[in-house]
Amino acid sequence: MSENIIEAKDLRIFYGMNEAVKGVSFKIKKGEVTAVIGPSGCGKSTVLRSFNRMNDFISNIKITGGLSFEGDEIYGPKMDPAVIRRDIGMVFQRPNPFPKSIYKNIVWGPKINGYKHNWDELVEKALRRAALWDEVKDRLHDSALDLSGGQQQRLCIARTIAMSPKVILMDEPCSALDPKATARIEDLIGELKKRYTIVTVTHNMQQAARISDETAFFYEGELIEFGNTNELFTNPKEKRTEDYITGRFG
Amino acid sequence: MAFDKRKIFNTAFFWGCRISTWGAILILGILIYHIVKQGYPWISENFITNFPSRFPHKAGLKSALAGSLWVISFTALIVVPLGVSTSIFLEEYAPRKRYMRWIQINISNLAGMPSIIYGLLGLAIFVRFFNLDRSIWAGALTLSLLVLPVIVIASQGAIRSVPQSIRDAGYALGARKWQVVFQQVIPAAMPGIMTGVILSTSRAIGETAPLIIIGALSYVAYLPEGPMDSFTVLPVQIYNWASRPQESFHGLAAAGIMVLLTILFIMNFIAVYIRQKFTKFKY
Ligand SMILES: Nc1ncnc2c1ncn2[C@@H]1O[C@H](COP(=O)(O)OP(=O)(O)OP(=O)(O)O)[C@@H](O)[C@H]1O
Ligand SMILES: [Mg+2]
Repeated sequence: MSENIIEAKDLRIFYGMNEAVKGVSFKIKKGEVTAVIGPSGCGKSTVLRSFNRMNDFISNIKITGGLSFEGDEIYGPKMDPAVIRRDIGMVFQRPNPFPKSIYKNIVWGPKINGYKHNWDELVEKALRRAALWDEVKDRLHDSALDLSGGQQQRLCIARTIAMSPKVILMDEPCSALDPKATARIEDLIGELKKRYTIVTVTHNMQQAARISDETAFFYEGELIEFGNTNELFTNPKEKRTEDYITGRFG
Repeated sequence: MAFDKRKIFNTAFFWGCRISTWGAILILGILIYHIVKQGYPWISENFITNFPSRFPHKAGLKSALAGSLWVISFTALIVVPLGVSTSIFLEEYAPRKRYMRWIQINISNLAGMPSIIYGLLGLAIFVRFFNLDRSIWAGALTLSLLVLPVIVIASQGAIRSVPQSIRDAGYALGARKWQVVFQQVIPAAMPGIMTGVILSTSRAIGETAPLIIIGALSYVAYLPEGPMDSFTVLPVQIYNWASRPQESFHGLAAAGIMVLLTILFIMNFIAVYIRQKFTKFKY
């Protein structure tokens, strides 16, 4: 359980002149749920989006230091960003299903990447793993946009799972959902960690404490503390961590 | 008191909008009423199946109808692929540089140009320089110039209205740019693009000035057999009838307008239908 899947060494990320991530180093363990917490604007999304190179579309961004996935440099000259995104999937803050049927939402990713599957089986498997199958099995060819927000978010998770990724990144996956839909996603994350490594950003302390094995606390672009979730929440080493998790700022 | 003022303003604004809307509809109604009153007696099977004639009761718009069909089909054939691919390039691939902004502004300017200028351009380039004479090709190419900027702008709007989150979702699944653009963005924008295409081609059906300039004939007693034949179109035929002194030809012109309006109405209806049907998957 202690094999590392993503490793950052003195990772720095600049937007123009603004240093949003100020030289952070950490190791993300395979098969665990890592929660990333910290006040708004501290660089959580920036770090997360660097893992699957979703930052590439920002024109004035600059990234230095080391960042590796299974030992390969993510920003190395030989790395193909489209290929790394097959292994590192992402679920966004707002559910963003394609304006197509539920079925097509799931098969599109594997199809364009040239994967060969029994597509009906793949759809069922992905939807089952995302705990959505029973609700949608009779309407697979209806528009994904007719689903509720929570269902849409689980569809987005199913779509990511269908790619058989090794890592799933989630950027505040519950922030657009009501408490009940949130609880379902949290349960789902507990299920998914059996198969996938998960890194999730959250603003919700309780959620981080409930669902994660490891927690990273970012503050103003620096990684203040990173460690076992229980220890970090019950016995933080840093004063700033303690202040943040007890709600004294943020 | 401030509250009352606001309320009065609100009511006045509401009634102002209402009156303008109904006023516009009323004027349209009066116009259509006059046209129908004048033209209805001239509508008959012969009117559709006869060639134009010096004798009003024998005159019809067979050749104009056929000409319009030829010209519009060729216009659509030229302008749809060109316009749609231009808008895809401008929205998705063009570098965000200063000269691109400049091109963009000029496309908007072109869309607002008086159509007669396109007629002069068509005359100089297609009729004279390329020696296409007064052919359907010359007419279709001229109308293409006219419609192109409108289609480009409408399609750009449709593409731009596809949310960024759809593109993010595509890339996050390991898609290449062309896959995101052609398999997600363009299909999502398709209803908007189609509507723009139909509405702007229907505008071209009603265009008269540029075709008169390039020399569309007003008396054509045969059906065009190919794109190099000379032609006439509905509005030119109508214009010709309306400019004659005899009262009966004015009736024919009104009947011609009725046919033209019906065609435009059907095309607009199709546009609305496509919008409704294909926006099943909307955001
Ligand atoms: N596209 C961008 N261009 C320029 N600066 C950016 C961009 N995206 C983020 N930033 C800046 O980088 C810093 C970190 O932003 P980031 O989005 O990573 O924060 P965050 O921790 O995810 O915040 P939140 O909790 O509000 O989502 C902020 O100061 C932000 O203003
Ligand atoms: Mg964020």
